[in-house]
Amino acid sequence: MTTSSITAEVPRQRGEGAEGPVLEVRDLHVEFKTREGVVKAVNGVNYSVSSGETLAVLGESGSGKSVTAQAIMGILDSPPGRVSKGEILFQGRDILQLPESERRKLRGPKMAMIFQDALSALNPVFSVGNQLGEMFRVHQGMSKKDAKAKSIELMERVKIPAARSRVNDYPHQFSGGMRQRIMIAMALALEPDLIIADEPTTALDVTVQAQVMDLLADLQREYNMGLILITHDLGVVADVADKIAVMYAGRIVEQAPIHELYKRPAHPYTRGLLDSIPRLDQKGQELYAIKGLPPNLLKTPSGCAFNPRCPKAQDICRTEVPALLPVTERDGTELAGRGSACHFREEQLHG
Amino acid sequence: MAELDKKDDAVDATPGISEVEVVDAASETAALAAIEAPVDRGEPILQVRNLVKHFPLTQGILFKKQIGAVRAVDGVSFDLHQGETLGIVGESGCGKSTVAKLLMLLETATSGEVFYKGTDITKLSGKALKAVRRNIQMVFQDPYTSLNPRMTVGDIIGEPYEIHPEVAPKGDRRRKVQELLDVVGLNPEYINRYPHQFSGGQRQRIGIARGLALNPEIIICDEPVSALDVSVQAQVINLMAKLQDEFNLSYIFIAHDLSIVRHISDRVGVMYLGKMAEIGTDTQIYDHPTHPYTQALLSAVPVPDPEAREGRERIILTGDVPSPANPPSGCRFRTRCWKAEDKCATEEPLLAIPQRFKSVDSPAAHESACHFAEEKAVLAV
Repeated sequence: MTTSSITAEVPRQRGEGAEGPVLEVRDLHVEFKTREGVVKAVNGVNYSVSSGETLAVLGESGSGKSVTAQAIMGILDSPPGRVSKGEILFQGRDILQLPESERRKLRGPKMAMIFQDALSALNPVFSVGNQLGEMFRVHQGMSKKDAKAKSIELMERVKIPAARSRVNDYPHQFSGGMRQRIMIAMALALEPDLIIADEPTTALDVTVQAQVMDLLADLQREYNMGLILITHDLGVVADVADKIAVMYAGRIVEQAPIHELYKRPAHPYTRGLLDSIPRLDQKGQELYAIKGLPPNLLKTPSGCAFNPRCPKAQDICRTEVPALLPVTERDGTELAGRGSACHFREEQLHG
Repeated sequence: MAELDKKDDAVDATPGISEVEVVDAASETAALAAIEAPVDRGEPILQVRNLVKHFPLTQGILFKKQIGAVRAVDGVSFDLHQGETLGIVGESGCGKSTVAKLLMLLETATSGEVFYKGTDITKLSGKALKAVRRNIQMVFQDPYTSLNPRMTVGDIIGEPYEIHPEVAPKGDRRRKVQELLDVVGLNPEYINRYPHQFSGGQRQRIGIARGLALNPEIIICDEPVSALDVSVQAQVINLMAKLQDEFNLSYIFIAHDLSIVRHISDRVGVMYLGKMAEIGTDTQIYDHPTHPYTQALLSAVPVPDPEAREGRERIILTGDVPSPANPPSGCRFRTRCWKAEDKCATEEPLLAIPQRFKSVDSPAAHESACHFAEEKAVLAV
């Protein structure tokens, strides 16, 4: 049910019922106007997240995963960027049609974002308590004193030791892991229904990464939020996600529930990514490597964008863009929640 | 104790090295001869003994006085054998990059020795130092900042020949550079292009070509793939493995990605706060870790297998790495260790094969700096 959004024409109920997804992105296109031409960063992305669910968006740099998130949050740099087509339904409403003042009311109480680099996302000249309290002061009109009390409470929530004495400290006085906790606290402040985490642990060490991911998972469970986790780390994804969308050159090339994807990928790009992880039994052998380079978005290859790097590319791949279609079992039964944008998805799936 | 034993070994292996005083011309030629001499496969080519680097912390503008020191590297010892890859892992701030800089002689060590083929290179100067520098090269982490944007690829890769003209005569350089480009899998016609015309993976290949230019024996790789995309990482790792066979290189491979380190390394050292916590072969470290820090580090690595997430036990460490300016007394890991006892605060554990494993022939018998070293099954990467 949850991922039937693969085919955009599936009718769905619009409303705030627990059944419908919190967020649904439909056929989203984003482009950037540059001096060299129009860069098509996102070319028709569809995905949905329900409350309490974690969707992982996996992709290399330049695959459009962050741009999609920015479009959802309404923080796209525009100009040069602009949403040229598509809908973003948040609790049934198309937020792209809303005026900026309405969208501003959504950011914080309804949806929030955690950024990769906490040091540059936090303002260096205001204390951490001030920045956390701003959420309450601006959105709820709280007094400075109450807001500070609230920020201490939040800092305790995200397990920052000695929160009371550290509330007046500045971002540079915290370690990387602690700063990321403050980012999480800020995103959680108004208990939103959706959180977008853009590479939340990429800048952190593994031991701290484990702490932060644990915390994020706990809080998500507690508040029953929808979480979009943007990452390029196949390990982190396997640890926390419920379902996964793999992006390549601005499109989703494969969508699947987490267990399915790792067991039987239905797209050669996913297969390649999984194969290039060093495994125990391959020690001393050559690693599998996807040949070539990620495409230049100014001139994406014709047909399937992956065709110049694909080991299975045929003539049809160079001419026709494959749509993201459901994948079927050998006997023709459709696999729930799975989709692949490959002309030869069945062959890939069944090996 | 073990540290001392090891030091004796090092001196034994290099007879008469303590008498070599690199001041007069005669001893300089002796040192030069030692540096040029070939080393057999499997013999130690680089021996690091009690290497220490403290960065002073000063106060005051006009009258600076030292108020402390950041103990970035605090007594690290290891051997690098000819033809092998030694992986060094650890969290940021543990001193792995400082070790790399010390080995490259880009920083002056506070104390300790680095023996390259038996010659202590920290005390060299002049011709002998230049010869050593030629034989130890480095590949940097960030391919975007480590290449000069105003130089062409040909100039970047050819620059080492300006400093060491004996390797390639002037007329021969262009051809040499084109050969190198071919070796690292780039089109030799790209010689006149500038770095911005290349992608991250290609730039890292340029960095590797520059490292290879002088036919070095050791290449120190400081996080060579962490700035690259996942699909490109594998390409660069394969290239490095290929070059190692082709040119008979020894690598020191510094990284924080434990699965990549395991793939490429013969031996692995785990660093924590300026000290080596555990060192051994890849199987010893990954399958039979005895130091609690190694166990925690391995268990924290996300495994790319969703089936594993329910079953496995994860050790989640509390808190952050303490400041190297004021490290904990005794064992440096004790503030985050679940096994810590009073002994750990007072007595510093030495890097040695733990007493209990000394007489047993098991993979757990490798050097580990813990009072309570024991095996613990962790699902490794």
